Amino acid sequence: MAQVISSSEFDSKVLGAQGPVLVDFFATWCGPCKMLAPILDEVAAEVQGKAAVYKVDVDASPDLAQRYNVMSVPTLIVFENGQIKRSTMGAQPKQSLLALLA
Amino acid sequence: MVDNAHFDVAIIGQGPAGMTAALYAARAGLSAATFERMGPGGQMTDTERLDNYPGFAEGVDAFELAFAMSAQAARFGAVSVGEEVASLELDAPTKRITTAFGNVYTADAVILAMGAEPRPLGVERESELAGRGVSYCATCDGGFFKDKVAVVVGGGNTAAGDALYLSRICSQVHLIHRRNTLRADAVYAQPLAALPNLTMHLDCVVDALHEQDGALSAVSVRNVKTGETSEVPTSALFVAVGTRPRTGVLEGTGIELDSAGYVVAGETGQTNLAGVFAAGDVRTKALRQVSTAVGDGANAATAAFEYLSLR
Repeated sequence: MAQVISSSEFDSKVLGAQGPVLVDFFATWCGPCKMLAPILDEVAAEVQGKAAVYKVDVDASPDLAQRYNVMSVPTLIVFENGQIKRSTMGAQPKQSLLALLA
Repeated sequence: MVDNAHFDVAIIGQGPAGMTAALYAARAGLSAATFERMGPGGQMTDTERLDNYPGFAEGVDAFELAFAMSAQAARFGAVSVGEEVASLELDAPTKRITTAFGNVYTADAVILAMGAEPRPLGVERESELAGRGVSYCATCDGGFFKDKVAVVVGGGNTAAGDALYLSRICSQVHLIHRRNTLRADAVYAQPLAALPNLTMHLDCVVDALHEQDGALSAVSVRNVKTGETSEVPTSALFVAVGTRPRTGVLEGTGIELDSAGYVVAGETGQTNLAGVFAAGDVRTKALRQVSTAVGDGANAATAAFEYLSLR
């Protein structure tokens, strides 16, 4: 399962992580985000041990949405060593998410 | 996922057309599989709430409806394959479906139900500013522009619905349409006219997008009758200028498309290739709605059943 994290957990769990971290900036009211959720869970299970997958609720963490200039949900950002490595918008199929992390 | 799995009917897409086709095919006793790159629902899930799908007096959450359709097809044995289709071979009696995972499936009949996607406006810097102020889904992204100025381009039901939705969130909404009247259903006219924060720009098109600090800052609006140009400062542009069919995977398959790129097929969904049917938004048709997609799915599955029975 891709865990939803709060603003206070973000820096340690994402920026301080070893290895790549995929973060899904989502909203509870967004259809494509709901569509993406089970795919994200599959990806989280598949990359376990090699990469992490987290979700940020843009309504619960508007500070993070603003920090990363998120103006569309879902927005997917891959972080590595605290830096943005890649980002993309919109729901994506599983193989695209795996490719983002590769 | 199993390689070389064979089905009586392979259905490409899990929108309302594909899921209805799966339901009817499974209930007819056929082995049926739906192939989907994302999840059930298709374009339905871009909508906040469906108010024009019959049977729900108070409207229905599009996502709930999508999952109910999927569960209903599954109840009768339809299989869901969560893999994006990479290529199709449709001209032989046995059809081959190759997915992005490299898996190959075969089927005796194929129902094409890939649907459609929002059509881009076609102005410079549009793709660059997508997600930086340019959006194709007001219900997804409207919330990011609370108390800001938003522009909607288009004149159909989607544009009208977007303008209404955004008027509740944004300080000011501009609706830009290239003709002198909206194409949207009459039901939108009164609520739109009553909005105190809506400005209509009829006979107008968006000519250019302006950027500041990596995000949209304004759009240039040109009146096609007078040639007059004005600049509308805005942080959000919602594009609702119709859809285009998702037919990329049909390239080289021999499937006949019309001049707009939709699959040529009549009410039974029969395409120019034997054993291949089209249903929903991907098909040549007058009205693209969830309600018409569902009818297409039922027709195509029934036609596929007849084709398989008479072979």
